[in-house]
Amino acid sequence: MPAPASIRCVRPGVYELAPGYRAGMRVPVRVYASEKLLRDMDDKVFEQAANVATLPGIVDASLCMPDAHWGYGFPIGGVAAMDVRSGVISPGGIGFDINCGMRLVRTDLCWPEVRPRLRALVDALADRVPAGVGCEGFVGVSTEEFPDVLLRGAAWAVEKGYGTAADLDHTESRGCFPGADPECVSERAVERGRGQIGTLGSGNHYLEIQVLRPEGVFDAGLARAFGLDREEQVVVMFHCGSRGFGHQVATDYLQSFLRAMPGRFGLPVIDRELACAPFDSPEGRAYYAAMCCAANMSFANRQVILHRIREVFSDVFGRSPEQLGIRQVYDVAHNTAKVESHGKGREARTLLVHRKGATRALPPGHPELPQAYRETGQPVIVGGSMETGSYLLAGVASGAETFFSTAHGSGRTMSRTRARKLVRGSELQEKMAARGIVVRSASWRGLAEEAGFAYKDVDEVAAATEESGLSRRVAHLVPVGNVKG
Amino acid sequence: MSGARPFEFVDDVTSDLSFVAHGATLADVFSAAAAALLEATLEDPGALREIEARPLELTEPDRELLLLAFLNELVYLRDAERLLLRPRRLEVETAPGEARLRAELAGERIDRSRHRLAADVKAATAHGLHVSGERGGYRATVTLDV
Repeated sequence: MPAPASIRCVRPGVYELAPGYRAGMRVPVRVYASEKLLRDMDDKVFEQAANVATLPGIVDASLCMPDAHWGYGFPIGGVAAMDVRSGVISPGGIGFDINCGMRLVRTDLCWPEVRPRLRALVDALADRVPAGVGCEGFVGVSTEEFPDVLLRGAAWAVEKGYGTAADLDHTESRGCFPGADPECVSERAVERGRGQIGTLGSGNHYLEIQVLRPEGVFDAGLARAFGLDREEQVVVMFHCGSRGFGHQVATDYLQSFLRAMPGRFGLPVIDRELACAPFDSPEGRAYYAAMCCAANMSFANRQVILHRIREVFSDVFGRSPEQLGIRQVYDVAHNTAKVESHGKGREARTLLVHRKGATRALPPGHPELPQAYRETGQPVIVGGSMETGSYLLAGVASGAETFFSTAHGSGRTMSRTRARKLVRGSELQEKMAARGIVVRSASWRGLAEEAGFAYKDVDEVAAATEESGLSRRVAHLVPVGNVKG
Repeated sequence: MSGARPFEFVDDVTSDLSFVAHGATLADVFSAAAAALLEATLEDPGALREIEARPLELTEPDRELLLLAFLNELVYLRDAERLLLRPRRLEVETAPGEARLRAELAGERIDRSRHRLAADVKAATAHGLHVSGERGGYRATVTLDV
């Protein structure tokens, strides 16, 4: 569907819909995309981004990243920053899978060494990292101990022996959002998610073995700084979130906001999935505190999965994780809201930045970056489809315009229902095997829904983030083995 | 509710799973929506045995929020108690400012050796949620986050 006729190009890679596009918009909609991506975007993206532009307290613009596609409430790939005093917080601006995110792990292994053991490696990962509906985590956590997970995130897992201090240094916010309060979480959320620490989930969640081909290196200096320092290097990337716990936190608060909006909050309901509460209200603060709990549960989940990956590689190759050079490049969230400071001096603002299907991308020199990345900018992990590969990007100074946010993936172009009509899971698995990609999936139907043709061109998305000034390309990573939830 | 399937999955939200459910009564539509959720979760919903039962009562301000709460209760029970359930009996009553559901749910615990599992539905969303119709038939549009 074409973009609205009134959209205008502000500069190459940046397009804007003025506040007059629809009634009630407080700020413009700004879309970061190539001409092709803009042309192919769902028309609902513009409608949803315009709805977001009506939310109280939104500042600057309602933003769409290059991988934006039609979601519920906010578009996926949507970013909205709210004034912390006058603005709202919206579960629909974060997503049900709170702190769904990506983790990238480098190894010293090269493809010729891994190729003969690829199937054994994929099988072992599929057997030992629980995935799919009803899977139970391999980490037992009592009801009494669970609040500690919610308060401390990845640090809880490291303290339990699932990882190293260096892992925390290479995780967004060191794997812990401050502001978590387990008292703001329902018993139902705890009962739903407590047994799921150490599970991948399903849908578009996956664990992938990838190779860095020589032609995949865009910036050799940055790649080296991120630990991608050898030819045909093998890396591991995985994508998952806060599982049923985060889903229930979002469900609980969405339903309670919907009941309170028209009356007590005095807020109009444009789209029920845009339910929100004033951030500076007891309800808004409580949701933020619960959301931080879910973010921390998710960091803990990815941390224990990393530990399991280390164990599997160690078993398959007969060497310790240290001997295999298994180190985390970075872990970054793409479904969150965070209180952040943007701008300097008198221009400094404290904002609540919603990123739904969008990745934080801090520039070189940012004080929140770990020492190792202070000069390079933050590594950004963009997961593509399981057929076409993924990208490692880096944050840049010009990203200030999007509150240092960039794309999170390739973005779907086709519904799951339609993808399933076009290919069977078993057929897709055979086709991928013929191309040298070994796949294990918990569900044939789920596999078909994730076919590469259902996604935008990840190369186009990564290039657009560079053209639009959101981030720069460091490396393209090619899949060779995939465990799909 | 005999004959044609009471729901169909449609091409809607690209990242998620949308369906339209229909029936002669509101209770039929709610049952059809539960069947759609079960089919999203299980590739072979016919294999689900009804060996455990759960009563359920819900009250919400309107029928849309009631449908949302009902589907999300089924999602919750799947994770919290590993129960896959369908309504064996279901009643819906509406009055101004209130909608009530009473149901008896039946099903069994997830058995990964026997059930062919599909999507791990995260939630039924309020996006585009709509229940329409009066006498002569009802329909509901629902989007599941998967």
